[in-house]
Amino acid sequence: MEKTVNQKAWFLILPVLLLVAFSAVIPLMTVVNYSVQDTFGKNEFFWVGLEWFEEMLGSDRMWDALGRQIMFSAIILTIQIPLGIFVALNMPKSGFWSSFCLVMMSLPLLIPWNVVGTIWQIFGRVDIGLLGYTLDALGISYNYTQNSFAAWATIIVMDVWHWTSLVALLAFAGLKSIPDAYYQAAKIDQASRWAIFRYIELPKMMGVLMIAILLRFMDSFMIYTEPFVVTGGGPGNSTTLLSIDLVKMALGQFDLGPAAAFSIMYYLVILLISWVFYTVMSNLDNKGA
Amino acid sequence: MAKITLDNLAHAYYPNPKSEDDFALKELNHDWADGEAYALLGSSGCGKSTLLNIISGLLHPSQGRILFDDHDVTHATTADRNIAQVFQFPVVYDTMTVRDNLAFPLKNRGADPSYIKQRVQQIGQMIGMEAMLDKRARGLTADAKQKISLGRGMVREDVNALLFDEPLTVIDPHMKWELRTQLKSLHHEFGHTMIYVTHDQTEALTFADKVVVMYDGRVVQIGTPQELFERPEHTFVGYFIGSPGMNVIPAEVSGNLANVHGASLTLPRGYASLTGKVEIGVRPEFVMLTAGEGLPVTVRRVEDVGRHKIVRAALFGNDINVVAGEGQEISPDMTRISFDPAHVNVYVDDWLTQGEAA
Repeated sequence: MEKTVNQKAWFLILPVLLLVAFSAVIPLMTVVNYSVQDTFGKNEFFWVGLEWFEEMLGSDRMWDALGRQIMFSAIILTIQIPLGIFVALNMPKSGFWSSFCLVMMSLPLLIPWNVVGTIWQIFGRVDIGLLGYTLDALGISYNYTQNSFAAWATIIVMDVWHWTSLVALLAFAGLKSIPDAYYQAAKIDQASRWAIFRYIELPKMMGVLMIAILLRFMDSFMIYTEPFVVTGGGPGNSTTLLSIDLVKMALGQFDLGPAAAFSIMYYLVILLISWVFYTVMSNLDNKGA
Repeated sequence: MAKITLDNLAHAYYPNPKSEDDFALKELNHDWADGEAYALLGSSGCGKSTLLNIISGLLHPSQGRILFDDHDVTHATTADRNIAQVFQFPVVYDTMTVRDNLAFPLKNRGADPSYIKQRVQQIGQMIGMEAMLDKRARGLTADAKQKISLGRGMVREDVNALLFDEPLTVIDPHMKWELRTQLKSLHHEFGHTMIYVTHDQTEALTFADKVVVMYDGRVVQIGTPQELFERPEHTFVGYFIGSPGMNVIPAEVSGNLANVHGASLTLPRGYASLTGKVEIGVRPEFVMLTAGEGLPVTVRRVEDVGRHKIVRAALFGNDINVVAGEGQEISPDMTRISFDPAHVNVYVDDWLTQGEAA
């Protein structure tokens, strides 16, 4: 059969090309463009090479923000992953209460991020917030606008409240996929509760947990809205995480060049850590197989 | 090793069972003799696995008691019962090596490390996986995994009973035969009470001293393979055991005469007046196709299966099978059948009825 040659088919992918160009390629290239140029206004730009990158790498401001960011993500992961697994293990496996738990746990995931921020901002206020007022009445010094420990505690508890459900739901899905025979065999073999977790549940959950850890890492590393609404990066700079700092630099001070260099490096760091993480995890997964 | 007694045992998967139909396992009284190998045979969904899980304590019965050597263990946990069970689909601990998998039940019971080492080696050899002991279990094939499951079932020497729930389903035919032989020799060596669930009659008949046939949540017959073949106590046993199964023909029986659609034949025993659904059962092996006297049949086709021929025929519109010797000539004028009278059984409402010697 004669093969029909019709180059017009290329036009069919045109909408996708346009969409991707406007949504991803052009904005990204704009950032790249800013990062290697400087301007003195009047929309006149000139080439500065890697100067902005050098400047940013030498600035304490970015390193401090990066340090805070890493600490934030590390704390978030150490709390949310074990807690999520714990919740999933203790959820009813079937029936009405299982569905009930699933719905209840999905709720925080459905709330818009700045609403979450607002909820906790009010919740923590010493004058009118239930949490702040109670703590204050109990004689515990708590004020997230003045005390950086209180500020950190607030945004961490808020993130745990907002996102642990995601880990729990993923872990629960992993648990549900384990056939009954495994638990029966474990009973026959007289495995302890810990051994069941260690040798059956954890290995079977590994796949979904890997996704949970990756998602939670990337999300927490890019977090902006919620802590910005609660603390605005303060007190001082104590809760100024990377993206908060970036927005301050780009939109507050209008330092487009350094901000662009900053965001490219930010992007590369996330990419790098995720890649390292994924490679290590999949190697662990395949070892000895 | 123990004698296992089931006393009035029954199980329903739903609470508050009312009629008999609600029970997945109908009331059952039975002793599993110490050290004997049983096969539990029946079609899918007849309650075999339910019974097995009740014995091992994975399931608690709705009524009745289970006794191990006359100790009531009805409410004992699986651990307390000290039972080994192998499941239909392989269960291995993925992250462990084959060696650790085999050692797991022993370690959990706090066995001596040097004993574990030696025992695991021995089991590894038995299941033919000595060379793979230090491999991780994850990447292995399904039948290798099932061999590990079997090995884990056999690793403890002091178990009260060994239960197998269709363990060879995923194993390829050659290995199946070999493992079955291993299980048998293991049984001879240690004399464990073994219960082997299967729906494959060959497997059941080759493995077991006694075969327990279940049908619709009920044990319909317990006997040696020969008893099951010669005197099936229920039409299901006749149909399920044997290839092809027993011929079951509606008949009227009075005294020692059976009347099949007007043609009559003499039975070896006499029967009092029977009420209900009366049928006679004759195995195809005891039916002869002749040109002489007998009941008229229409031969539909003849299948040569190598060792013998199977004649598929119709008797007054009902299917009937005849097994003829490989050497026997089958000619078109053979349109009648006769039965070996000693092997004709009479069933009332599917259950075998004993007659009196005529």
